[in-house]
Amino acid sequence: MTLDILVPIILTVVGSATPLLFAALGELVVEKSGVLNLGVEGMMIMGAVAAFGVAVSTGSGTLGIVAGAAAGMAMAFVFGVLTLTLAANQVATGLALTIFGLGLSALLGAGFVGIPVAPLAKLAIPGISDLPVIGPLLFAHDALVYLSLAAVVGVAWFLKKSRAGMILRAVGESDISAHSIGYDVIAVRYRAVLFGGAMAGLGGAFLSLSYTPLWNEGMTAGRGWIALALVVFATWRPWRLLAGAYLFGGVTILQLYSQGAGVAIPAQVLSMLPYLATILVLTIIAAGPWKGRLDAPACLGKPFRPST
Amino acid sequence: MSNNVSRRHFLAGSTAAAGALSLGGASAFAADPLKVGFVYVGPVGDFGWTHGHDLGRKAIEKEFGDKVETTFVEKVAEGPDAERVIRQLASSGNKLIFTTSFGFMNPTIKVAKQFPDVKFEHATGFMTAKNVSAYNARFYEGRAVIGTMAGHMTKTGKFGYIASFPIPEVVMGINAFILAARKVRPDAEIKVVWVNSWFDPGKEADATKTLIDQGCDIITQHTDSPAPIQTAGSRGVWCFGQASDMSSFSPEYHATAILDVWDNYYVERTRAVMDGSWETSNVWQGMKEGMVQMSPYNERLPAEVVEAAETVRKGILDGSYLPFAGPIKDQDGKERIAAGEAMDDGALLSMDWYVEGVTA
Amino acid sequence: MSPDPGLLNPAAWKIEPRREIPRSLLYATPLLAVVLTVIAGFFIFLFMGYDPLLSLYHFFISPLLTLYGLSELMVKAGPLIMIGVGLAVGFRANVWNIGAEGQLTLGAITGGVVALAFWNETGWWILPLMCGAGILGGMAYAAIPAFLRTRFNVNEILTSLMLTYVATLFLSTLVYGPLKDPMGFNFPQSRMFSDSGLLPILLEGTRLHLGSGLAIAIAVAGWVLMTYTIVGFQVRVLGQAPAAARYAGFSGKRLVWFCLLLSGGLAGLAGTFEVAGPIGQLIPVISPGYGFTAIIVAFLGRLHPLGIILSGLVMALSYIGGENAQVVVGLPQAVTGVFQGLLLFFLLASDFLVRYRIRRRAIQAAPDGQTQAAEGAS
Repeated sequence: MTLDILVPIILTVVGSATPLLFAALGELVVEKSGVLNLGVEGMMIMGAVAAFGVAVSTGSGTLGIVAGAAAGMAMAFVFGVLTLTLAANQVATGLALTIFGLGLSALLGAGFVGIPVAPLAKLAIPGISDLPVIGPLLFAHDALVYLSLAAVVGVAWFLKKSRAGMILRAVGESDISAHSIGYDVIAVRYRAVLFGGAMAGLGGAFLSLSYTPLWNEGMTAGRGWIALALVVFATWRPWRLLAGAYLFGGVTILQLYSQGAGVAIPAQVLSMLPYLATILVLTIIAAGPWKGRLDAPACLGKPFRPST
Repeated sequence: MSNNVSRRHFLAGSTAAAGALSLGGASAFAADPLKVGFVYVGPVGDFGWTHGHDLGRKAIEKEFGDKVETTFVEKVAEGPDAERVIRQLASSGNKLIFTTSFGFMNPTIKVAKQFPDVKFEHATGFMTAKNVSAYNARFYEGRAVIGTMAGHMTKTGKFGYIASFPIPEVVMGINAFILAARKVRPDAEIKVVWVNSWFDPGKEADATKTLIDQGCDIITQHTDSPAPIQTAGSRGVWCFGQASDMSSFSPEYHATAILDVWDNYYVERTRAVMDGSWETSNVWQGMKEGMVQMSPYNERLPAEVVEAAETVRKGILDGSYLPFAGPIKDQDGKERIAAGEAMDDGALLSMDWYVEGVTA
Repeated sequence: MSPDPGLLNPAAWKIEPRREIPRSLLYATPLLAVVLTVIAGFFIFLFMGYDPLLSLYHFFISPLLTLYGLSELMVKAGPLIMIGVGLAVGFRANVWNIGAEGQLTLGAITGGVVALAFWNETGWWILPLMCGAGILGGMAYAAIPAFLRTRFNVNEILTSLMLTYVATLFLSTLVYGPLKDPMGFNFPQSRMFSDSGLLPILLEGTRLHLGSGLAIAIAVAGWVLMTYTIVGFQVRVLGQAPAAARYAGFSGKRLVWFCLLLSGGLAGLAGTFEVAGPIGQLIPVISPGYGFTAIIVAFLGRLHPLGIILSGLVMALSYIGGENAQVVVGLPQAVTGVFQGLLLFFLLASDFLVRYRIRRRAIQAAPDGQTQAAEGAS
């Protein structure tokens, strides 16, 4: 009985959390390398328009996904050239990237308004997907949902276990030391920034191909900003990020659900809940036994140029 | 009402001439085209509210050809920017300016004082002035039609309504819908979810899913994106479009849509400026004038549903069907409008209470 | 760090940080950036099928040709400058308040509530009281991230950003509810403030109000604060060398409070100025993103109060020029967004030429590691 209610709610939460998870996970890697890219919203919306445009033009959702990631990367490349090669200020460049992306996407997408696209296919496994509860919860999503979850595992492994991940963290903690022992700081950061762009692009692609398979100007509606906040929420840890994205998505759905159920609290107050809950939970974590561990990469946001 | 904005000394003086000379250099020769300006709150590609007004702009161009020249500024924030944009349009030679969102009302009135020879048309507000008219559409007439259809179509008796902000316009729409539906299905109720945005496809889709999960089997909306249609359609739930025909997003379950058709009004007012007959007016037009229309009914709808819809539509057209005729009880069961009476326009335009059957 | 990194760079060019920044470059590079933007814009507009020269003229020049245009520039730049100056102080000390938009909203609410409380009353004291309330409102709202950061070590990026959304919803609750104009047909807006609650107009026939003038004064005060006071010195040290600051016994916590309260108070005051200036009432959305745009303004002005005046004006021009180009040339809003982005890119990139110089490798390079170390990080 309760499961009948819970399962659809959880499915809605998955949709709401997945774009946030993609974008935030990318940004987490970027920030771990010591770079702060506030242009997530701009990369995301470019991913959304590119994915939609290509999917509509070619009829292939897969090509659309690839295009979304590529568009995010292209935007990230612009960011990289400015902040890494030319050592421009990262915060301002990121914000400028968002302005640029919102404008460019509107320009490119003008011809796609009002056109539907076939949503991404669900990867259903005959028999298993029809099982009660487990079937819809675990075996009836589209490829991007699984990819986002796999990416959490992948990023967690990469940062903690792989050598490249260790170098990336070293670059984020102390660029000068990393440089002096022979690592190419700029190259490492370029790779991280491009990865971040691709992930933001995938988040955008999920929006325009799966979540709401349509294109509209400004359809990211501020999700890039939430993704940025979630990285902080997660204290730069992939698994906590997963929890954060689902918490935020969950509370959002919960408040919509409460409105529909007629809870006697003003709608505006209910709408504040996701934001307040995120602050509250982070405070509880910070005040708990982990106290004092902010874990922000030491070089976050600081420009670096090798003295060659 | 219209005069409580003359608060600053400079507005009293006629400084308009100085402004009119400042930009564009478009002096009005008789042969010059009439310049018509539009201020939009959203992007022209929103597929909703602004899109509708932009179609009206195109209708003017189509009707008058090179006798008019239209300009628009999109995504103008309701706030300090609006006044500058409206003024810029006025000072660059536009002689007729449509400001198409409620939040542009006070800026429009202010600028109008400085440009007495420019005519202004403000949508969905209540203030007028010597050179400012107000216009609005009786969208609630369309809500009555779809409410009737919903009453016939529902099995659960629960409707989901995705709403933006609790302004009278939206409140009125919700009430019109459920009043009509309860004439068919007296126990019907409507669940309203406020997304606190005119446009956020993701959130609108989430709200739709949530409402369907709570047993709503008809979805309608007062937000701008087609996401609710698409989401409801993909779940096999009937839905109604908003502002433009959204059937392409769910050919199977898009029952019909309430269309905002500004074309006639815009053409008429432009003509009035051209022939010098423009006068201040405050109109609230509906189906009779063609400002509110229904998009084609879905072919899969049962014949009796379409028939019921048409009966109501025709009733509205000939005045025999009043969507807000008494008796009307409010949410708490208290009678607000007695039998034999009907709410007047003033009461409707400032409606801030819900009728029986609304969970908001 | 390493005098001889031993890297064989295939490029024949060498990039090195400048030890001293020539003044001429400080002024020349932004100009170069504008020239590059104009060239890029020329081709974009041409490609999009618009008259490029006319578009550029209406983007950059025609808004500056009338007194009214100039006054509007100030009206738009005022809040950007005020907020930017406050934020810059924090950014220098590594305090990341990105929720100025929310603090602005709170300041508009508190200032506005005072105006409405004394509606239809006259008195010279109403306006100062509103400003005081606005400052306190913004400060109180910024105090939440400050408290959470200093007490629980909660990162202020998250808290200040999340509180921005809450502030907008709070304002919405008020204008749809208790502050609604009783004569306003239940539309979401307050009464228009009476004259005593409105900022005086500085220039007849325009919207240039006292607040725009004060914005400049505040920027100058910010410059004095940063250059000549102990607090300014502490902020700079804390930002550049946190370890040294600790060593010198500066209280990091107190500076966090200082930076957040200062930036919050200024954002709040900017909010009051908006409602007491060009808007004249409380409406559901007060700011077209001033709190976020001010972040760009702060960095574009190199975190220097006087630079921020300049960058605030440039930013304001890019918005007003964009509207102008829409009105006169018919450029879509999206094109102006792209163009604005490009302008910012060029401006930010041009900084490179200020801070670094490019030399031929063949020329004997002076080995220096010290400047690099100072540049790289703390």
